Amino acid sequence: MAITVRSVERPKHNFAEQIYLVEVWKGLLITFRHLFVNLARHTLYALGLKNGEPGAVTIQYPEDPAVLGHRARTRHRLLKRADGAPRCTACLLCETICPAKCIHITAEDSPDVIVEKRAKTFDIDLGLCIFCGYCAEACPVDAIHMDANKVELCTYDRKSLIWTISDMMGDTQKDPAAST
Amino acid sequence: MSEMVIQVLWLFVKVAFAVAFGMNIAGLLGWVERKQSAVMQDRVGANRADIFGITILGLFHPLADALKMLTKEDFVPAKVHKPFHGLAPIIALGFGLLCLAALPFGGTVSVAGRLWDLQPIASPMSLLFVLGLLSIGVHGIVMAAYASGSNYGLLGGLRAAAQMISYEVCLGAALAGAMFIYGTLDLQQAVIWQGRLIHGWLPAWGIFLQPLGFILFLTAGAAVTKRAPFDIPEGESEIIGYHVEYSGMKFGMFLMTDFIESIVISGLVAAVFLGGWQIPWVHLTGMAGGVLMVVSFSVKVLLVLLLLMQIRWTLPRFRFDQVLDLGWKKILPLCLLNFIVTVWGVYLWR
Repeated sequence: MAITVRSVERPKHNFAEQIYLVEVWKGLLITFRHLFVNLARHTLYALGLKNGEPGAVTIQYPEDPAVLGHRARTRHRLLKRADGAPRCTACLLCETICPAKCIHITAEDSPDVIVEKRAKTFDIDLGLCIFCGYCAEACPVDAIHMDANKVELCTYDRKSLIWTISDMMGDTQKDPAAST
Repeated sequence: MSEMVIQVLWLFVKVAFAVAFGMNIAGLLGWVERKQSAVMQDRVGANRADIFGITILGLFHPLADALKMLTKEDFVPAKVHKPFHGLAPIIALGFGLLCLAALPFGGTVSVAGRLWDLQPIASPMSLLFVLGLLSIGVHGIVMAAYASGSNYGLLGGLRAAAQMISYEVCLGAALAGAMFIYGTLDLQQAVIWQGRLIHGWLPAWGIFLQPLGFILFLTAGAAVTKRAPFDIPEGESEIIGYHVEYSGMKFGMFLMTDFIESIVISGLVAAVFLGGWQIPWVHLTGMAGGVLMVVSFSVKVLLVLLLLMQIRWTLPRFRFDQVLDLGWKKILPLCLLNFIVTVWGVYLWR
């Protein structure tokens, strides 16, 4: 294969750009504009006139709620059928595909003969979960979603990071702070 | 009280004021740097340090910084040259602080039947005093680099020495024109000279008489303070600087040195190019005049600091060869040209 030579054109600068002072001044104009516009906005905000644009794009997270994207993968949620039974048929596809091996399912007979099988226990160890979303993709019955939109999952011990089926269906309220 | 005692006490008061001025503004500059950069980048900036839940726009962060620096372990590596390792930050910071004593914070006012000179150390050569002490600051940097026993530190020190010595030449040369017009090396006399008016309305400030000199001095000054866009000696993000083997308050002193040097440079700009303590079209006398002089000078220093800070957060860093080219091939010849033109201008005008 022939060697290809690509010659890179050096950018040509005119005299004003070479002196650099004009360019410095242009840059300073931009930064000074931001400085004074934002200062004015901050002042208006401090005075209680909150109608204008905010002076900063920063989200003050612990005080203000976290803003998540529409497609953000967050904590798992298990869905129910119309009659209130879990949709999960304990097919173990999610447990199989999980690269972090954080899903543990034990199956049992379902009283509903059409469903045949259901999950006796369905535990996800969020301490291991890498939030890849494969479980939600693999599920054939659309039983598991990753859209609980909760990101504050930290606890004081690792055991409390294991979420059970009732936690994820919302039947029991899991309060991370209470586990201390 | 005898005359002697009053003189000595007054000298102490003035020097204490100069040091307090430098240290407090250096502390505040840490806050200004964070907040100014944050506001111009559409951010909020550091605002979490609080005392009993009160934050006051993050003003406690400099305090928290100082506490952190003082309580951190002062780690001294095994290979350093201990006496010089400890001496270097003292030299760097001490000579920076000494410069402040020669700045003209105010003129001479008459209060309670006697004359009070508001310049801490009055000298017919105060400009040379400041420039000389500024250049001794380089010794602290080089000493730190050499005593570190680390190649990274030594290379950083070499960069710092090359840059600072180059730009100190420019610093002096840029002031030559202005000093020729004022006909003095005394900062106080230079400020008094700038009190006159051109054509009865324009204050005869150095910035109007020496616009080129002003720009050159500001550029060279920014380079001497080792702050961006001239922060190659430190290069905190990739190349490592002369203070790589320092920790705790010794590192804090180097950090402080940059701020103090910025204040000294701003003070020189204010005194030589912005009329010092003069307020245009206002004649300052008495106690109120003295206070106004100090306030006027401080405001000018703070405005120049604001500009330097804005430049620091606007421009990208120069390459090392660009820095030296700029200093030796562009700024120095322009300084000399400026001086020659000034001399001819003054000669023909007379």
